[in-house]
Amino acid sequence: MSFLDYAPAPESRAILSLRDSYGLFIDGEFVDGRGTPFQTISPSSEERIAMIANANEADIDDAVAAARRAYDRVWSKMSGRDRGKYLFRIARLVQERARELAVAESLDNGKPIKESRDVDVPLVAAWFFYYAGWADKLDHAGLGADPRSLGVAAQVIPWNFPLLMLAWKIAPALAAGNTVVLKPAETTPLTALIFAEILQQADLPAGVVNIVTGAGDTGAALVAHEGVDKVAFTGSTAVGRAIAKQIAGTDKRATLELGGKAANIVFDDAPIDQAIEGIVNGIFFNQGHVCCAGSRLLVQENIHDEVVERLKTRLSTLRLGDPLDKNTDIGAINSREQLDRIRALSDAGVEEGAERWSVPCEIPENGFWYAPTIFTNVQTSSRIAREEIFGPVLSVLTFRTPQEAIAKANNTPYGLSAGIWTDKGSRILAVADQLRAGVIWANTFNRFDPSSPFGGYKESGYGREGGRHGLAAYLSPAPIGRSAAQVTAGRSGAQRRIEGADASAEASASKPKPRARRAGAAKKGAAK
Amino acid sequence: MSRLAVPKTYKLYIGGAFPRSESGRTYEVVAADGRFLANAAKASRKDARDAVVAARGAVAGWAGATAYNRGQVLYRIAEVLEGRRAQFAAEIEEVEGVSRAVAAAQVDEAIDRWVWYAGWADKFAQVAGNANPVAGPYFNISVPEPSGVIAVIAPQDSSLVGFVSALAPALVAGNSVVIVASERFPLSSISLAEVLATSDVPKGVVNVLTGSPAEIAPWLASHADVNAIDLVGAGGLDWVSLEIDAADTLKRVLRPENGPDAAAPALGRITAFTETKTVWHTKSLR
Amino acid sequence: MNESQVTPMSAPVNPGTALVTARERALAVLGGEPDDQTLGRYLHGIPGVDAVGLEQRAAALGTRSIKTTSKRWALDKIISLIDLTTLEGADTPGKVRSLVAKAMNPDPADPTVPRVAAVCVYGDMVPFAIEALGAAHGDPDDGLISVAAVATAFPSGRSSLEIKLADTAEAVAAGADEIDMVIDRGAFLAGRYGEVFDQIAAVKEACRRPDGTSASLKVILETGELVTYDNVRRASWLAILAGGDFIKTSTGKVAPAATLPVTLLMLEVVRDWHRLTGHRVGVKPAGGIRSSKDAIKYLVTVAETVGEEWLVPHLFRFGASSLLNDVLLQRQKMTSGHYSGADYVTID
Repeated sequence: MSFLDYAPAPESRAILSLRDSYGLFIDGEFVDGRGTPFQTISPSSEERIAMIANANEADIDDAVAAARRAYDRVWSKMSGRDRGKYLFRIARLVQERARELAVAESLDNGKPIKESRDVDVPLVAAWFFYYAGWADKLDHAGLGADPRSLGVAAQVIPWNFPLLMLAWKIAPALAAGNTVVLKPAETTPLTALIFAEILQQADLPAGVVNIVTGAGDTGAALVAHEGVDKVAFTGSTAVGRAIAKQIAGTDKRATLELGGKAANIVFDDAPIDQAIEGIVNGIFFNQGHVCCAGSRLLVQENIHDEVVERLKTRLSTLRLGDPLDKNTDIGAINSREQLDRIRALSDAGVEEGAERWSVPCEIPENGFWYAPTIFTNVQTSSRIAREEIFGPVLSVLTFRTPQEAIAKANNTPYGLSAGIWTDKGSRILAVADQLRAGVIWANTFNRFDPSSPFGGYKESGYGREGGRHGLAAYLSPAPIGRSAAQVTAGRSGAQRRIEGADASAEASASKPKPRARRAGAAKKGAAK
Repeated sequence: MSRLAVPKTYKLYIGGAFPRSESGRTYEVVAADGRFLANAAKASRKDARDAVVAARGAVAGWAGATAYNRGQVLYRIAEVLEGRRAQFAAEIEEVEGVSRAVAAAQVDEAIDRWVWYAGWADKFAQVAGNANPVAGPYFNISVPEPSGVIAVIAPQDSSLVGFVSALAPALVAGNSVVIVASERFPLSSISLAEVLATSDVPKGVVNVLTGSPAEIAPWLASHADVNAIDLVGAGGLDWVSLEIDAADTLKRVLRPENGPDAAAPALGRITAFTETKTVWHTKSLR
Repeated sequence: MNESQVTPMSAPVNPGTALVTARERALAVLGGEPDDQTLGRYLHGIPGVDAVGLEQRAAALGTRSIKTTSKRWALDKIISLIDLTTLEGADTPGKVRSLVAKAMNPDPADPTVPRVAAVCVYGDMVPFAIEALGAAHGDPDDGLISVAAVATAFPSGRSSLEIKLADTAEAVAAGADEIDMVIDRGAFLAGRYGEVFDQIAAVKEACRRPDGTSASLKVILETGELVTYDNVRRASWLAILAGGDFIKTSTGKVAPAATLPVTLLMLEVVRDWHRLTGHRVGVKPAGGIRSSKDAIKYLVTVAETVGEEWLVPHLFRFGASSLLNDVLLQRQKMTSGHYSGADYVTID
């Protein structure tokens, strides 16, 4: 036998005690949805996991009203210290139920258990811990003394990191004093619903967090709801653009984390073995379902062949298969729809003359799978070099000089992330300076931390999540400004739409924000 | 002893030059009492396009200048403006129909705002950025960087102070700007362009368009090579449509502000036109 | 370069060719004489190592999960790759005989347990080891047990070349099959790469026997004193260029001894050398590997870095003493189904 044919080491599903069906989590209780329920399946087997409620507009009304009541009556009046304690509780409960959450995540999403266990869930706990501590320290968030929460936050999250994206959204929102209505992705609602159980265990006041499941129309109804003060969305640029249009002219503030087509730049003096690992981690982590994935490998021309050869050798050791197997490196593609999209773009690459190489591996019979794939001989004009594939597909391009690398890296409407691999410190700093991307990883890739702001330039969206900047996305400066003589008074309109800017508005002064619309929304909520 | 005056031709300011509108159009600028003052250039969408090209070309140099240098250049604008207070006061007095004292106060306030923003150039990054204590062997720092090309619809009810209040903060971080002047009071904007042209501001960093904001703004809002749009002076326009246009390329949008406090000095006006960039690097002694 | 130039340890090679080909190989790779300048240029031209990335890769390899049949295979494989070691000032013939007995029959209660690859002792203990081994003495690839001797003023290496060579020659003459030498870390850290190269080459020469065969040479880098991964990588290349059959992490006398990242790094060098020349070099992590769980991580790292074909005694060893008993405990647990205890394995 081959030693590398490690015997299957599946994580036990016994730790899960799933319900047969899940309702919407509104006002602290699970309730039936009024839309037609749908099933969530395991993408690795296509087996049904549970039936999930589908929220229609009336359900959204209820959820927003519950969030508004909780905001007005409880959460906005609670001390920061106590809000923080609730967040600490949640963090601990996530840790206590970490294995269960990891198994559920891998089951529902298709990602390898080693990633849900070692990356997603630990970061979820870390995110709540980090923002828990902020709740009673908001005066130091960068908006001056006594900043205000915004109200009800509508949060719509994607399927690639279901629970982690939930944490990125809910933790700062609650720390800042907002209440939340969150919609998980249609294909990955499971961990959000287990999280709702955690909220019950934490005894979080009813209505502070509401979780409504459904498809795109549910999310659209939530974002459009007039009782919402803040919209936070992570997903495709197309939907983000639609949201930006939809909320134009309203008082809703927005944070948008959208697509990317990150360049991972490898210079000829790079620490080569670590660069290879970084390339692999950059594009094959989470099956490439990562908005900041290093999907464009820009390799210095003089080491192109060597890098590609080493990469192929390394990829051949990747294990594709059962997401619950602890030795699995590459799990399932999240949905048939996504698989079709990956295939279509990949085929387009071949048609455009690029050379496709896929890891020779056995593809399971059921489920959605795509073998790790590299395209060489890719032109900058090629679709696979420009469009976000959101799958385990790497496009390899070359450059000759640092200037050319920067120009090619920036030659995209996106600007979320980038990687730099070189031994030369001055070059790292200079290239990092000139890359138009919100997160730059130098000699590493795909690292995340609750204290580290994350978000994009250009069409990758606006606002930051993580760190002090991420907190500011859920706050506005105190309504009564400082002395008008100090800094010629004026309301800080500059902060209005640009979340990233809010982090540093200490010197600005503000006028009271109009409250009329919000009062109207509260009335509407109360009428329900 | 009357002398026949030599009137100034007010043109556009694009890429460091003072061209007429490519369309050949002008419009009458009149004094508060209706007296003809000048024919201002009426910029077309092509002028706007040219201005964006000029601005894009200037971003790398301006953003790449040291913060200290940008601060000095902005301060230099204040210095040069101070030397021409009388000219600006006279212009404002005429066009706005205010007293000389009120006009002079507006000029003084504009100068002081340049000075205030000049001082921020090498400080805002320290306030808006920070080191992040990530849980791992990494150096991690977040810094605000310029967004790129900023389109500005200047406040419409002020000659100089509104224009400066909208323009100056956008320049601090290293953005370049295409700014549409007040339609009714465009003369000070073009005179200020003359100040900019002689104040070490690299060409293309500021581009001034006069004419109809209602006509030009949609082209700027929808222009794919514009990174952000400041609608501070667009309150009288269909600004919601402009915001919707801007959403096509996910532009950063600042909303209209009305009244005398429009575009009041604020650090937030600087950081609004920045992107937070977070850089990670491994660290190890081994 | 091709496979015909591979010089597997303890295997008879054409008289006199091993050293010649090693040197020729080095000259071909270096493009010049192995002096300080040429070696310096070469070694400093090798891509650097990012420590964080290396350690993360090692940690990731350490999370591979081994179950049932693979684990049983792995435990036996670990035993068959152990250089069972005693390197104490207090070593006696009796202690060595006890060690050899353990090496030949690790678990008296279970004859299916394989033998270890070698016993590793000080040079003066070689005759006692050979005597105790008797017919079991021989090539571990044939299921027999080799005798390895540390030499060259082990562990510090601080003596003259003459003494180091005499130390080596004496052990070889006494019948040692393998020589574990230490490099001159001082010379390496001072940039005197030519000196380190020449010493390794000279010790290699001293490994030759009158009949033309040669003892296998393991070159101990003492990575705990080299400290940085860049140094480890350069020293690994240097040792291989100079003709080492194995590169070995540590003496066991300096902390840290073997670590997974260091071993991974050395395996990467061995992999790259093979890619470059077609020549296979062995790797021996030594010191600090005490549990089966840890040892399995090393097996995984070998298999995923250079391939499973490296998991043979002439290409991979564990330098260890207490590891063996932990493996035996695990093995007993797998056989009996219940957990064993320290009194159910023998001390040597």
